Amino acid sequence: MTSSNTYDAIIIGGGHNGLVAAAYLARAGKKVVVLERRPIVGGAAVTEEIFPGYKFTEFSYVVSLLRPEIIRDLELPKHGLKILPLPSTFTPMENGDYLAAWDDHDLTRRELYRHSPKDAEAYDEYARVMARAAKAIKPIINLIPPDPSSMSIRDLMGLLKVGQYAAGLSEKELYAVAKLATQSSADLLEEWFETDALKGTKAASGIIGTFLGPRSPGTAYVLLHHYMGEIDGAFRAWGFAKNGSGGVSGSIFNAAQALGVEIRLNANVKQVKVKGGRAVGVVLENGDEIDSKVVMSAADPKRTFLQFVEQKHLPDDFVTSIQNFRTRGSSGKVNIALSKLPNFTALPYTGNPATGAGRGGANSVLHRGAVSISPSIDYIERAYDDAKYGQISKRPYIDMIFPSMIDPDMAPPGHHVMSCFVQYAPYDVEGGWDDAKRDQLGEAVIATIEEYAPNIRECIVGMQVISPKDIERIAGITGGNIFHGELLLHQIFFLRPAPQWADFRTPLKGYYFGASGAHPGGGVMGAPGMLAAKEILKDGF
Amino acid sequence: MLNLKTTPFHKRTSALCQPQNWRKWAGYFVVGSYEHVLDREYWAIRNSAALIDVTPLIKYVIQGKDAAALLHRVTTRDIHKMKVGQVAYTGWCDEEGKMIDDGTISRLEDLTFRLTAAEPNLRWLTMNAVGMDVSITEVTGDVAALSFQGPNTRKVLNRVAEKQVDELKYFRLMTNKINGVEVTISRTGYTGDLGYEIWMDNKDALKVWDTLMEVGSDYGITPVGILAMDMARVEAGLFMLDVDYTSASHAWIESQKSSPFELGLDWTVALDKKGYFVGRRALEKEKREGSAWRMVGLAVDWVGMEKIFGMVGLPPQIPGSAVRASLPVMVGNVQVGYASTSTWSPLLKTYIALAHLQRPYYEIPAGGEIGTDVRMEITVEHHRQYAPAKVVNLPFYEPEWKKK
Repeated sequence: MTSSNTYDAIIIGGGHNGLVAAAYLARAGKKVVVLERRPIVGGAAVTEEIFPGYKFTEFSYVVSLLRPEIIRDLELPKHGLKILPLPSTFTPMENGDYLAAWDDHDLTRRELYRHSPKDAEAYDEYARVMARAAKAIKPIINLIPPDPSSMSIRDLMGLLKVGQYAAGLSEKELYAVAKLATQSSADLLEEWFETDALKGTKAASGIIGTFLGPRSPGTAYVLLHHYMGEIDGAFRAWGFAKNGSGGVSGSIFNAAQALGVEIRLNANVKQVKVKGGRAVGVVLENGDEIDSKVVMSAADPKRTFLQFVEQKHLPDDFVTSIQNFRTRGSSGKVNIALSKLPNFTALPYTGNPATGAGRGGANSVLHRGAVSISPSIDYIERAYDDAKYGQISKRPYIDMIFPSMIDPDMAPPGHHVMSCFVQYAPYDVEGGWDDAKRDQLGEAVIATIEEYAPNIRECIVGMQVISPKDIERIAGITGGNIFHGELLLHQIFFLRPAPQWADFRTPLKGYYFGASGAHPGGGVMGAPGMLAAKEILKDGF
Repeated sequence: MLNLKTTPFHKRTSALCQPQNWRKWAGYFVVGSYEHVLDREYWAIRNSAALIDVTPLIKYVIQGKDAAALLHRVTTRDIHKMKVGQVAYTGWCDEEGKMIDDGTISRLEDLTFRLTAAEPNLRWLTMNAVGMDVSITEVTGDVAALSFQGPNTRKVLNRVAEKQVDELKYFRLMTNKINGVEVTISRTGYTGDLGYEIWMDNKDALKVWDTLMEVGSDYGITPVGILAMDMARVEAGLFMLDVDYTSASHAWIESQKSSPFELGLDWTVALDKKGYFVGRRALEKEKREGSAWRMVGLAVDWVGMEKIFGMVGLPPQIPGSAVRASLPVMVGNVQVGYASTSTWSPLLKTYIALAHLQRPYYEIPAGGEIGTDVRMEITVEHHRQYAPAKVVNLPFYEPEWKKK
């Protein structure tokens, strides 16, 4: 064994969390290697040129929760991170009208007023209540989850902190938080609003990445999770990254490299080496062995604990918890190359270069933001009904963006790319995923969009359909769940990924876990990687 | 009607200006912002192509046998070294070596220069031209100007211009044609990004605008107002007359005046040039003895901001555009200077400021990036607070493609 194959730390997985953890460890002076099984870094946050000239952020597609302290600590803007605004959300309605949320508060209120004066008023108060609730629980994001069953000083102090946050809330806020933690997003939204398209669009963010419908209890929390990104004020990290999610990973990669992190591509980890009850390195699929003082996995919980480690090294109850961890993929992605922009009948564009509405709708207002196919809560619940019984939603919820409208470098001049996040596309689809099923998913998406933008088919020059099975196969996420495990109440905070082991340590000494399946969860957030690195450094090695 | 003037692009800009946000600039109306929120306009500068109407820039054509001699005498640059097709940024001073104004000099032909200025300078130029064979003509109202800024601007110009602009170097200019219209294109700007300024006859203004807008739409062209440009210029470490310094000709008191050294313009003061120029003796003296003040960058610490706002239970509140207010800068409890423009940098995700500090606080260790720890005044819920900040080198942001 040469010393060049010996490190202070091995990070399994070059997704954004793995890279963040590596960068933080290297920043503390450690010799770190990241092992990535694919020929590119980024994991589920990658940008690839699927069709020549058309770049896609294949899986994840927006940045909403990337932690400000990570951007700051790793100086990501210096390493190329640019978060571009995604200024609006446009929801076409079944009656031919639309509902839009613009980036200006007054414009949005005016727009809502058109549909319901009552909702226009309620909207402000709703936003305040949600923001306050998010602010109240935000400190928890950066907290190492205490184990409520433990009597250790650290855990007791942690519990005390959580208690203090709760005590700092007003009665009203406390109720709001308690309700949010248990309600369905439909129940929550119906208390506030009457406009179907508004409720549908809001409810949609409560189901993303879960295998639940808007009427399932617990979905209101996910809604809140998405509000977190909005309370950092000017710092807000919400938008579309230059060059897509690959731009985010790329900047973290550059930062990690500048800090001296070594990155090995096509390095597929077979197993974690264990000696004297401690992780001491890894064995690669090609037989190479790499030694280290600690190993951190940034893969999903199932691969981390059921594949990389022999079960004899882990307690039975822990293994059972991980086996039961819900990682049901429920969403797919349809990436489309366009020769021109589809024209939505609810708000058609008229090209007029003199007034700035450019060719092919290039300055069309709605295409700059998200287009959400979520006309009502019932619509989404019906889409869920299909999925419950193993079917692809006939009329799915679709969250569309046109990355080339925000970053023109994503497509050849005058052409465009379109990213469609689709739910529901169940991992356990009846009959299993194959090309025919993939076509069926693609067709469901196009047929749905066609109802609102009849010219969609003539715009398409290429299309890539990604099922949860593809997410599993390409990005290596078991079950194809975009959060590495659903954000359900029984799978967050001190229960993520398993009771007693939510502090980024694992039952195997020297083996750590810092990915989306750990606290505080998924999204291109980076917090698990950062927090895990800090815990690793605390343990000293 | 007592209306201000409008620029030759007004027909287009007024149709696009959604929030009716107009600003006064040298007697003209120009668009402050085209949209209700500045984000998209700011990011057009940094990520695609921003089209900015800068017609109100005051412009003089200086022509004649002694044109170079006049500019050599009035400004701090060595004009005799300038080649035709070259552009030079410069300040000009009074006898005491204090800045009157700043702008660019373009050598259009051997005996023809264009000088831009923030304020009228005809009287000053004429006074200095006594006995010279030179004509000075203001052409502000005849020459329309567009600033075209952002990393995609070169691609757009290559599509619309008769001659490719790939070879046009930083601070050089060329004559060219856009859709049959004769234009001068200079590789200049006020954003610190890749960018060009396009100079044309008034009557051709709309034709050039329309051509750029149509072809540029493939590259994310966005009409941009001066408020977004104001954020970008702070990131680029570029100051503005009447905001970051006071003209020596308007100052009420001595302490309002600044020398070019104090504004960080050392590189524009050619003390080695031949002959007399206005302010030479004072500038030589200041060079020997050092400057009392210096403009530096301040990077406000976000964690410190969070702490200060957190004391009243708020997340940091930041204005949506650059702030042109003087803010005291402290070391300990002693005021050592002031910030003259501050802005949130959406790209750097840092609150930054152009600040004027007294010696020795402005000093940044040789080769170093970060100097003194200071505190800048901010108002938190009506109360005066001080946010921790670091003295940093300017510019805050300079992409590799700016000069490439």
